[in-house]
Amino acid sequence: MKVIYRDKTWELRGGMTVRDAIRKVGVDPEAVLALRNGVLVNEETILEDDDELKLVAVVSGG
Amino acid sequence: MKCRLCGATAAINMRQHRLALCAGHLIEWVPRHVARTIEKYAMFTPEERVLLAVSGGKDSLALWDILLRLGYQVDGLHINLGIEQGYSAASQARVEKFVATRPGTRLYTVDLKGQYGASVPELVRRRRGRKPCSVCGLVKRHIMNQKACEGGYAAIVTGHNLDDEVAVLLQNALHWNVGYLARQAPVLPPSSAGLARKVKPLVRLREREVAAYALLRGIDYIYDECPHAQGATTLFYKDILNQLESRSRGTKEMFYLGFLRARSEMGLPGPELERAELHPCSRCGQPTTAPGLCAFCRLWTGEHVRESGEFDGEF
Repeated sequence: MKVIYRDKTWELRGGMTVRDAIRKVGVDPEAVLALRNGVLVNEETILEDDDELKLVAVVSGG
Repeated sequence: MKCRLCGATAAINMRQHRLALCAGHLIEWVPRHVARTIEKYAMFTPEERVLLAVSGGKDSLALWDILLRLGYQVDGLHINLGIEQGYSAASQARVEKFVATRPGTRLYTVDLKGQYGASVPELVRRRRGRKPCSVCGLVKRHIMNQKACEGGYAAIVTGHNLDDEVAVLLQNALHWNVGYLARQAPVLPPSSAGLARKVKPLVRLREREVAAYALLRGIDYIYDECPHAQGATTLFYKDILNQLESRSRGTKEMFYLGFLRARSEMGLPGPELERAELHPCSRCGQPTTAPGLCAFCRLWTGEHVRESGEFDGEF
């Protein structure tokens, strides 16, 4: 599956949860929302090999 | 994981509330939560007109959508600050797009460079030594207060969420900024004529909940961070707080709500007790701590601007 965050992309194997995929690419699960194939999903969702997981940053500040 | 209300697949799990919700129930739950916050802190009533500061980001646009859905009388004010790399132009476009899809909504737009003569980056270049975020905050506070008072609005509404408030609280507590701690509250009452009340209806919602609401409602907000916010201290504190939250669920609520409760129970000064002596600015008439020009007006003149010269440290 493909994980996209900002301008970076990672290829990971399916079978893991959204939370594990987020951690695997070094992102804090508290700081993002996860869209699987364009749909907002919770962090326990199991991902498939052909999924695309887009991470949306939620932290703003300045 | 299932939605607690209907058993459908949950779109979000709010661990601190022990509540997982599907998309449909989340976009109903968020406005109800905000309505309870508005009532709990007596922020404003449906009969009052309020002015919302709208940046084009997720928080302010989501809040506008929520307040309209709840039936409040809310108008928007967007300030184009002239930030580089197309940031301000893109922000304004998001705000205008939001309004275009909601007939009857009223938006005031202030173009800082067009109406006052200089953008924030230009003001920063003129005022070497002053940070962009400091100038930006000063400009926004001044214009928001001016427009709210001129328009007879009952309050200025901002989209500060729980994560914003907790990050500021941590920063102020670490530095023991007693004055700022006294002024940090969901409602900041006017301490003087000419100062508008300020309220923060998202103060009990987390950033990810607000972002989820915005996404599910199809709100097109500015996703990119302001170029001046990169490396901002607030982001550093938010990162630390998220790490704490990962280890201990509910840390953010415990810290912020505990602070409000402790201040009340210990009789520490709060925003309602603050009574600084204020004077009308000799140029614009807005209240300021020192006689003469206020900090905003000094930005446009040759006078030295003190970092602490502005009365109000909020926004």
